[in-house]
Amino acid sequence: MSYRALITVWIVLLALTALTVWVSTIHLGFLNVAAALIIASCKGLVVVAFFMHLKYENAGLKTMVLMAFVILAIFIGLTFFDVVYR
Amino acid sequence: MNDHKDYQGAKLGMWLFLFTEVLLFGGLFVLYAVYLSRYPESFHKAGQDLNPVFGTINTAVLITSSLTMALSISALQKGNVKLSKILIMLTICLALCFLTIKYFEWGAHIHHGIYPNSPDLLKLPKGEIVFYGLYYVMTGLHGVHVLIGIVVLSFLWRFVHTGKVSQNDCVMLENAGLYWHLVDLVWIYLFPLFYLIV
Repeated sequence: MSYRALITVWIVLLALTALTVWVSTIHLGFLNVAAALIIASCKGLVVVAFFMHLKYENAGLKTMVLMAFVILAIFIGLTFFDVVYR
Repeated sequence: MNDHKDYQGAKLGMWLFLFTEVLLFGGLFVLYAVYLSRYPESFHKAGQDLNPVFGTINTAVLITSSLTMALSISALQKGNVKLSKILIMLTICLALCFLTIKYFEWGAHIHHGIYPNSPDLLKLPKGEIVFYGLYYVMTGLHGVHVLIGIVVLSFLWRFVHTGKVSQNDCVMLENAGLYWHLVDLVWIYLFPLFYLIV
């Protein structure tokens, strides 16, 4: 990847960090947690796609990574529902 | 002997290892989610004692180290060995900077008597004990990963220096980069969950 593209990615990540800090100063109750997680996931997606180069990898590897995160989401989601509605 | 290199295989193997890392931290995030839903007030109160300035600076430091890491790979791929080595060194320096800030942060907590199993901590409500327990375990485990990253990158600097890792054979540096970005990725989630839950 070009230096310029990587520096752009870096600026986007810093901007999203500033955004998440700013959002946390507004009191929204539970929505604060949701907002923090959504912004963190956007940052995570940018890191995985560009810094970890996944955007430019073949479809096989992309599918595998997607599967791994879907499995993680199922793991977290189901455990959470079990605990909340026990 | 023909020295055969399997680029795709090396990449795939690294990703498989990263999946185990994701699951390792994923388990801890489940714990965090469950206890946050059980003790929201305690988490809210305990989270206010963490200094968001430290957390924000450390986030910026780690994101910048991810940039220097990615740049060092690009530099090597373009054949600029000297720049690549400087950027690996910069990444290591930023990692050390992260750990130094972490050291002062933990030091301040320990100075205030808040550390695992301390008498002061055990007097707090149950939710806050759990919050600090998770804080020490999760940031501690993440810190260990940063430490391992420093060791790995030191070896990579040496390999780039000797030519073992070069423009035509840089998958080892790319894989070290993948590991380093995963450490960054974990911190991206740790930061708001511990520092910004107020």
